Amino acid sequence: MEQIYGIFLYTVFLLTMGGIYAVLTLGLNIQWGFTGLFNAGVAGFFAIGAYTSAMLTTAASHRHLGGLGLPAGAGMAAAMVASALIAWGVARICIRLRSDYLAIATLGLAEIFRLVLKNENWATNGARGISLIPKPFEHLPEPWNQVAMLLLVFAIVLVLYGLLERAQRAPWGRVMSAIRENEAAARAAGKDVERLRIEAFILGAAVMGLGGALMAHHIKFIDPNMAEPVSATFLVWVMLVIGGSANNRGAILGAVLVWTIWSTTEIITTRLPAEWALKAAYLRIFLVGLALQFILQRYPGGIFRERRLRTVAPPSSQKGGSHP
Amino acid sequence: MEFVNFHLIPGLVLGSIYALGAIGVTLTFGILRFANFAHGETMTLGAYLTLTLVLLAGWHPLLFLPVAMALTALFVLGMDRVFFRPLRRAPTIILVISSFGLMLMVRSLVQVVWGVKLQSFSKGIALPWVFFDSLRVFPKHVVIAAAALALMLGVHVLLRHTRTGKAMRAMSDSPELARLTGIDTERVIRATWIVGAGLAAAAGIFLAYDTHVETLMGFKMLLPVFAAALLGGIGRPYGAMAGGLVIGVVEELSTYAWIGSEPLLPPGYKAGVAFAIMVAMLIWRPSGLFRGRVF
Amino acid sequence: MAAERPVLELDRVTGGYGGAEVIHDVSITLGRSEIVTLIGPNGAGKSSAMNAVLGTLFIGSGRVRLEGEDITGTPSEQVVRRGVCYVPQTANVFPNLTVNENLEMGAYIRTDDFRPRMEEMYELFPPLAKRRRDPAGALSGGQRQMVAIAKALMVDPVVLLLDEPTAGLSPRFRGEIFAVVRDINASGTPILMVEQNARQALGIADRGYVLVDGRNRVDGTGAGLLADPDVGAMFLGGGSTGPAPGPDFGGPPGGAPAAPAAPPAPVPAPGAGEKRR
Repeated sequence: MEQIYGIFLYTVFLLTMGGIYAVLTLGLNIQWGFTGLFNAGVAGFFAIGAYTSAMLTTAASHRHLGGLGLPAGAGMAAAMVASALIAWGVARICIRLRSDYLAIATLGLAEIFRLVLKNENWATNGARGISLIPKPFEHLPEPWNQVAMLLLVFAIVLVLYGLLERAQRAPWGRVMSAIRENEAAARAAGKDVERLRIEAFILGAAVMGLGGALMAHHIKFIDPNMAEPVSATFLVWVMLVIGGSANNRGAILGAVLVWTIWSTTEIITTRLPAEWALKAAYLRIFLVGLALQFILQRYPGGIFRERRLRTVAPPSSQKGGSHP
Repeated sequence: MEFVNFHLIPGLVLGSIYALGAIGVTLTFGILRFANFAHGETMTLGAYLTLTLVLLAGWHPLLFLPVAMALTALFVLGMDRVFFRPLRRAPTIILVISSFGLMLMVRSLVQVVWGVKLQSFSKGIALPWVFFDSLRVFPKHVVIAAAALALMLGVHVLLRHTRTGKAMRAMSDSPELARLTGIDTERVIRATWIVGAGLAAAAGIFLAYDTHVETLMGFKMLLPVFAAALLGGIGRPYGAMAGGLVIGVVEELSTYAWIGSEPLLPPGYKAGVAFAIMVAMLIWRPSGLFRGRVF
Repeated sequence: MAAERPVLELDRVTGGYGGAEVIHDVSITLGRSEIVTLIGPNGAGKSSAMNAVLGTLFIGSGRVRLEGEDITGTPSEQVVRRGVCYVPQTANVFPNLTVNENLEMGAYIRTDDFRPRMEEMYELFPPLAKRRRDPAGALSGGQRQMVAIAKALMVDPVVLLLDEPTAGLSPRFRGEIFAVVRDINASGTPILMVEQNARQALGIADRGYVLVDGRNRVDGTGAGLLADPDVGAMFLGGGSTGPAPGPDFGGPPGGAPAAPAAPPAPVPAPGAGEKRR
């Protein structure tokens, strides 16, 4: 019984994390899937959201800025606003860059931001991070507090999914996919391509910020290492690519699937003897990378392909197209 | 003198290391047309291969330079065959994602094989040569700078005076025309990987020789090296050399006490200097500081 | 010309890009000592017919033969190695390579010493001799065109394909290029040429083909087509951009011709498509 309860709690935890990653993946899907913006700085927006919400909701502390003790909901809203504001600034200057230049620039900016988090002790408590972040429903008895958190995350994912599906079908989403397929034609049709891209970048970043805030409240602790390109950016990218770019359902399922594989393999590795455990942890990253390469080569559209609203493209032409 | 000893000379040394790495990035970008995120880990790999050779044979690490360069090149050729070649006709972005994944794969491979402990080629501290009572120069710095210079000269000879080198430049100008001219593009691509990986290995080895060997060393160099390649103008190997030197020197000078006695920039932010230069370049002069071009 | 076997032959070729067919049942032959020119309004499929030879057009039906051998769908690298040399309309030199280096690259598939051939090229194009160490990108448009042709000739081609060699050139250079084309042919190289300056092209060509809407419309000797009163009228009927009726009925002289396969662009056009997402 004890064991079953343990598995239950673990499953709840696992699904909550999977749901949070689904939020991040949906955010990236707005930028990459809908619009084709290669943001390699997911970790940066994730961290902005996490730190903003943490600073606003924790009790007063001399270790870091903030400590206003606001409710978690206010923290999450502020996290979205903060991410969106920073994204606006980033997008204003970076949005015109060619895809891989944008990737380098966003990766660089996210790294600078991580350095700030690490070095500005007075504001962020540096490498020690912020702890004692309040978790919603904490006052409920175990395990209902965990279940309630899971339901909250689920609800958020569902709401986001509904909104994004609507957005994708709305004129806004159609124009986005038109830009991605043929920018010149969209421009010729009088669309303000730059403005729409900035909108998508900001929207995606706000959703990522929300994901960061959820993570901070769920784990109750954050530090600059959580903004590592590996754990945040890379994993989210793998989730989206495996799940299927431009497909919201694919993004969610990709996130849950990859997170499940990622964390259940972690159970195996932690049971190994210490010297092997560390190596196995790295091997795990290697294997996830290998899975990504496999998907890229065999299923370039991901497991769940984009559902086209109208098929006008010839059957043989792939996204992006290459010279015959 | 503190300025020269602790900032200018280390800056030039670091800069020549970055320059070697940046040549590979710029060649790959010019010829294969994508930003190779796995380039940093190639440097790491070169350093670790040398470490193994040093531990096995006990000779001076730089004696293994050619061997380690060759082994790294071989590894990267295999990587291209398995991962990049099937994507040759895929959109650029897919290649970038693939290289992003390879970056982490190679890193974790290194971590599995060699562990994550900080290691170094040799123990003990070498004393610097002292000139004019105050100018202190470490022998290893002279060796690194000379070897890097020799390698860059080699690149120059290759690009200007060999058929393969000219074909590399041709393909960097226009891959489509190169194909229509009958240039063996796969051969040129292999040559590009060999040169890029060899120089990356050398950069890794030099950095390890100057400091130590660690699994994140390549990633820490990746962004400065990208910055150097961008600064020099993508696809321009000579620009990359100059860009590398600039980034290295600026990084080191940023912590000099220009005003008062405090470092201009807290040392914790040193790594951010290259990023800042890079982002600024991308935004305001994406074609490079010198005459360059954007693809 | 009917007696000998053609060097190059398109036999009822239908093909296109992606899914859209751009040429239908096109047949063209090129004899051993001929200059053949393809003319027609913009978008008539002239460049696409050339791409069918180069393996860059997806061929649905029909065959392409080189010296009697079937090369349908062979990738361009291999077609080039068989001695089919092609001068694209735009982006046809390596701008950062010197003139010398461009010619050396032209000789890439040669295994013997290419230097004697290079000197021959400088004799054929005297203006280039003085600029052999300059980057090709620094040359004038006419000189760049010379480099492009010389580069293609470095291998003694079996067939030379020229895609609008005089596009965008001043009348003086145009005449020069046409004169060189005739010289090259006189020394034994068969040439297939797409041209907008139809009158001049037909003037030097042995035969010409008029393509309209991706189909053969008329063919005949150069002189015969020039004399044909219907040829001019046909362009008016089939032209999509309404070319002015005049001596150069293919389009405004020097104007940017917009063949579907090669939009004029500062960057190499075929690469640009795959770079963008």
